[in-house]
Amino acid sequence: MEQTMSANGFVNLQETTIARKTKQVNRSNNHIKGEKIFKGLLNFAGLLLILVVCGILITLVWQSLPALRSLGLRFFWTDTWNPVTNVFGALPFLLGTLITSFLALIISIPFSIAVAILLGEYFPKGGFSNFMRSTIDLIAAVPSVIFGFWGFFVLVPLVRIFEIKIGVSPNGLGLFSSALVLAIMIIPYAASLGTTMIKMVPSALKEGAYALGATRWEVLRSVILPYSKSGLFAGILLSLGRAIGETMAVTMVIGNSNDLPKSIFSTGNTMASVIANEFGAATDHVYISALVEMGLFLFLVTFVINWIGKAVIKRFSKNG
Amino acid sequence: METKLNYRIAKSKGMNWLIILLSALCVLPLVFILIYIIKAGIGAINWNFLVSIPKPVGEAGGGIANALIGTAIIILCATVISVPVGIICGIYLNEYKKSKIAYWASICVDVLQGIPSIVMGIIGYLWLVLPFGGHSAISGSVVLAIMMLPIIIRSTEETLKLLPDSLKEAAYALGMPFQRVILKVIIPCGFSGIISGVMLSVARVAGETAPLLFTAFGNPYVEMRLTQPMQTLPLLIFNYATSPYTDWQNLAWGAALVLLIFVLALNLLTKLITRRWKVQL
Repeated sequence: MEQTMSANGFVNLQETTIARKTKQVNRSNNHIKGEKIFKGLLNFAGLLLILVVCGILITLVWQSLPALRSLGLRFFWTDTWNPVTNVFGALPFLLGTLITSFLALIISIPFSIAVAILLGEYFPKGGFSNFMRSTIDLIAAVPSVIFGFWGFFVLVPLVRIFEIKIGVSPNGLGLFSSALVLAIMIIPYAASLGTTMIKMVPSALKEGAYALGATRWEVLRSVILPYSKSGLFAGILLSLGRAIGETMAVTMVIGNSNDLPKSIFSTGNTMASVIANEFGAATDHVYISALVEMGLFLFLVTFVINWIGKAVIKRFSKNG
Repeated sequence: METKLNYRIAKSKGMNWLIILLSALCVLPLVFILIYIIKAGIGAINWNFLVSIPKPVGEAGGGIANALIGTAIIILCATVISVPVGIICGIYLNEYKKSKIAYWASICVDVLQGIPSIVMGIIGYLWLVLPFGGHSAISGSVVLAIMMLPIIIRSTEETLKLLPDSLKEAAYALGMPFQRVILKVIIPCGFSGIISGVMLSVARVAGETAPLLFTAFGNPYVEMRLTQPMQTLPLLIFNYATSPYTDWQNLAWGAALVLLIFVLALNLLTKLITRRWKVQL
């Protein structure tokens, strides 16, 4: 009786140990399986990213083939845009994009560099600095359609008054108005990157210059700006990339005419705005394809600009 | 000597003030936009404005209920799609820094971030509208989700990068398997950073118009089905702002105020979160 009990107990003990062991083995098997699945998932996510970007590129190229085939490189230097006769020349829009974005860049550079200096050198921290930084960030956060709306009702009448004063045809709408709106929109991008770059200037250099008797402006001009110029340049490039791809604000204030712009005050169209205006209504195969080709071109241009900007930043951060 | 010194000091002071002046001028546009939109939009907003749909031209009143519902649905779908994918991609980029695929994936994130929004609109049209034979809300959601991805991925990656290795090592030492270390230790520790990335991306796409022009398309009525065209706030603003009717323009001003408040509030909230939990983005 006693013996059987102890034997039973032993058997029970053995059984539970075995059960526990198999449970453990099962669990670690599950873990290994889970780990494999999870790692597979991670790898899949990485591949998915590459697939999406390649897919976008391939789709754009594929869809613009008909236009490339029927128009060839003429697409880029003829100025007739006529969907009725299927003649498409993108020169007015190329020029429109070029003029608006570079004009915006020129207008924005003094402001963005001033903000970068203010936040990077004069007031690197503190309440005022936080306030300025938040405000600049919020400008970047305002949706572009709201910029366009505001520009259309506030900026355009102002530009019209200005145009009457200097004696050109008072459209109000046009390349100049779009450049102004764009300039406001891209300041934050160049400014925030410039701030970071100016903060990276070693203080030993600045202190050395002060010790030699330089004034604040002289330190700024001959130490800080030369040191951080490639970084500032990168910031300006990135903001140019934004300006080129910007659509809604420009569409609402540029006037949407498909003629070659005669001056910076005339109405026009950029590549992005012409897509926004006409893609929804395009029915003909070549017409759609021509618009997609413009999208492809936009994609490539912004890609190259962003890539150069990022490369400059990377080199700068390595040196700094 | 004395005059030269005085000149230099004066010049330094002058440039100082010039820089402050130029910076102050940068703040002005935001102030002007805020004031103008509040002034023009506040009159349009009342309860009726939020719960009714736009009226035809000539009838007073009307509201933006269709756009509010549409924006909510489209953004929600985009978030549901992009958050899991974005977080997993962020983990991948952080865990497999040395692999070749991760290198290319990282470049792809940069490329994705730089794609102009109008080009994404074209892609949405070619991928999801043309094959399925019609404008739909879900196509807009997918496009917005793709645009949200880079922000979520980068913020996840940056947050995880800041976590100390000892956390992960301790978890491994306790015998935790890889997926549990990531899901139960790493993600909860970086939660606030990831959440602020998600909020930032929502704020970014909430105001996007260009990608929705050819995908969600817009709709004058309240629409709940994902396979149908749907109105969103930015689309409504664009369509009604450029219309020649004062009634519609007033509606657009009201919508602009609502959208602006939403986007700015989301941005400020993100800022507060990042400051509260000392997250770097």
